[in-house]
Amino acid sequence: MYDHYFTEEHHLFRQSLRSFLQKEVIPHIPSWEEAGETPRSIYQLFGKMGYLGLMQPSRYDGSDCDFWFTVILNEELARVNSGGFSAAIGAHAYLALTHIGSQGSELQKQKYLVPGIEGKTIGCLAITEPGGGSDVQALRTTATRQAGHYLVNGSKTFITNGVNSDYIIAAVKTGEGISMLIIDRDTPGVSATALKKLGWHASDTGEIAFDKVKVPLENLLGQENQGFLYIMKHFVLERLTLAVGGMAAAAFALEVTLQYMSERTAFGRPINRFQVLRHRVAQMASEIEMNKAFIYTLCQRFQDGDYLVKEASMAKLLATQLADKVATECLQMFGGYGFMEEYPMARIFRDARLGTIGGGTSEIMCEIIAKMVVDGKGYGG
Amino acid sequence: MNTYNFTEEHQLFRQSLKAFLEKEVTPHIDQWEEDRRIPREIWKKMGAMGFLGLSYPEEYGGLGLDFFYDVIFCEETSKVFSGGFSITQMVVQYMSGPYILKHGSDKLKQKYLPGIISGELISCIGITEPSAGSDVANIKTTARREGDHYLVNGSKTFITNGVYGDFIVAVVKTDSEAGSAGISLLVIDREAEGVSATKLKKLGWHASDTAELSFDQVKVPVENLIGQEGQGFYYLMGGLQLERLSGAIGAYAASETALDYSLAYMAERTAFGRPINRFQVLRHRVAQLASEIEACKAFVMHCARLHNDGQYVVKECSMAKLLATELSDKVMYQCLQFFGGYGFMEEYKIARMFRDSRVGTIGGGSSEIMREIIAKMVIDDVDYRSSSRTQTRTQTQTHPTTPKPETRNSKPETLKSIITQLEKRAVQSKSLGKSLKFDFGEKQLFIDGKGEKNDFSLKNEAADCTVKISFENFQKLISGKLNPMNAMIGGDLVIEGDMGVAMKLQSLFS
Repeated sequence: MYDHYFTEEHHLFRQSLRSFLQKEVIPHIPSWEEAGETPRSIYQLFGKMGYLGLMQPSRYDGSDCDFWFTVILNEELARVNSGGFSAAIGAHAYLALTHIGSQGSELQKQKYLVPGIEGKTIGCLAITEPGGGSDVQALRTTATRQAGHYLVNGSKTFITNGVNSDYIIAAVKTGEGISMLIIDRDTPGVSATALKKLGWHASDTGEIAFDKVKVPLENLLGQENQGFLYIMKHFVLERLTLAVGGMAAAAFALEVTLQYMSERTAFGRPINRFQVLRHRVAQMASEIEMNKAFIYTLCQRFQDGDYLVKEASMAKLLATQLADKVATECLQMFGGYGFMEEYPMARIFRDARLGTIGGGTSEIMCEIIAKMVVDGKGYGG
Repeated sequence: MNTYNFTEEHQLFRQSLKAFLEKEVTPHIDQWEEDRRIPREIWKKMGAMGFLGLSYPEEYGGLGLDFFYDVIFCEETSKVFSGGFSITQMVVQYMSGPYILKHGSDKLKQKYLPGIISGELISCIGITEPSAGSDVANIKTTARREGDHYLVNGSKTFITNGVYGDFIVAVVKTDSEAGSAGISLLVIDREAEGVSATKLKKLGWHASDTAELSFDQVKVPVENLIGQEGQGFYYLMGGLQLERLSGAIGAYAASETALDYSLAYMAERTAFGRPINRFQVLRHRVAQLASEIEACKAFVMHCARLHNDGQYVVKECSMAKLLATELSDKVMYQCLQFFGGYGFMEEYKIARMFRDSRVGTIGGGSSEIMREIIAKMVIDDVDYRSSSRTQTRTQTQTHPTTPKPETRNSKPETLKSIITQLEKRAVQSKSLGKSLKFDFGEKQLFIDGKGEKNDFSLKNEAADCTVKISFENFQKLISGKLNPMNAMIGGDLVIEGDMGVAMKLQSLFS
């Protein structure tokens, strides 16, 4: 079906990744979900396997792989059935490390990127604040330049890895513009509170406060006041991976459900014999396949260097809506068992709910798409 | 946009087709809709321009081009704001002509193909009857052989081009007792004695003519039989992929057109002192629709690519037809809403787009039929390319208490006895001309039909055509309990390689 995208190497990578996750991750998920966090040891293991720097250059210990390896990683992570675990890995490897890999100085790369790829240190990306989320221009956290350092004041919230990470890539106001700073966790004045959540239990989500935090000038990522552009630039990658994750989660939910439906009987036959349920499955399977074909087309174009803000936003919008819908409908197929933690559906359902919110809500996606489709506006290439 | 599938030549072709349609078609659409008829001259003009028969072989006047030219043809003809216009040639080029091209005799090809490529002949496909639509096995029209002709009796309905067309590729029963194995395809000239048509009034598709046809003692020459008697089911089956794919292309292209048309209106129309495209709730609706169209288009294009590569993707094409026609309905409904009261007036084209779209989820197999087929593929044979899983599943369902090793041991013997049976029958049946392999997962049945007779063995060698099927289903197949066509739709058997060989399955077991 998709042989024109995946080579033999990709298939081998998927196989070895799948068996790795089966052995090292899946058995521990229940306890990590219970604990509300993902242990450091698994980052180190991921680092050893080379899973944290798939797209990063080899001179920083990365694997120099094409984008399809990242697609496979995100697809396989969805099959672990822990949105929290996938988010913990993703926030580090794709949010934090992408900013450092792209804008970081040589010094910053040696200090943060290399150990990050090895899984020895963990990062997070902090943009959203209690008073402003997707409205990046309205951020209130300030960084005032003083002799030898920035003085940072403000707070960030809903930050994945916000409690346990070693450093924070924070979007801050430097005068009129926005800049990105690397703030070490152990700098005096940095504090974090873990937030309790509906789902994503295996990841720690923090509200972070900065109280007169002195950050060395050398911790500025890229140039001052260029932060907004950097954020926009990486949105495409973020939205594409979120779209892949949404689509893969929906596919996994349906797979699990089909298995259940073939075993569960009612009125003397397996419930997969009932026409009304069969047609619901057919509809979902079709929509999943369509999203997959759409996303793969975009992944190929991303790999080829195309400009994709509109299409990636469309894919994120549709795939996360799909995951939500599929999770809801599949849970129904499980009846009462869908509500019990004994079966995988309950977690799939609650973890899917964040899809249409995190990484820009569906409403924000629609705003962006409308500006491009209705007003013919572009978002700088 | 789709730089992967369309080359510079494709784009040039698109431009010239577009320019032609704007000049020769668009100005006349209102009139043709009013007349409930499209004049033949336009098809001849299109034929003369080389717009018809794009992927048909050159020997019949075609251009032998790749499928993406057909994609462009379906897209652009679906953008002239008249579903009735686009369906006319889609029926000719993609839904009826291919049966003659793929299975017809040289004589039939010579007689009919040059005409549909030059635009001089208009064809229709006659499947549906007043009492049977998608349930093809239950059609009632009969064709009884009498000497050098068939005598055809029965009726067909909802036949596009049935009133003004020149010939019908008609689905008939040549053996009423044999169920789907008694179905054949006949070319029936519209002017033949005993053929009559009643023009049906419709909700939409006004420019096209739709007929109820009746056949009363119609004499059809035996040479008008397409392919072999009793093979009609397979031929139809093989045509579904293209039919559904072209329907899906037309549907997303019409959706795109409606959204563009609405966007232009929304930029001009003001309410409460500003253009209505400034209202957030409408903007988000546009964003949602634009996203769904974009995704749908990418999916259909993916299917088109696989089709162009010669892959068997009937599941994906059924999914594409389902989603694209459902989407088109939704887009038309919501776009009409953007126009307010004007949406209800014929002055704007959205009213026509709305009513023309409505047949999308019905024609060419309803959405419910699509879901039936998809459900069979997705639920009853989850890993649809692999027969081993089907086999395991069927085993556990049929013999829940039988220990596996025993089942395995019993197989080779049964298989050998089957071979003996088949060898006896094979004396009468013609050799396949190619090699065919039944793959039961653990065991294989190899039929070498390259010589004068079919040789049966248990070799596991590469064959021209491989049929993956569970052993249980194979037994049902050869004993006539399982219809090969249904088995194929349902994913109970998967055919890889030369479809032509698979078409001869029936003759092998009868």
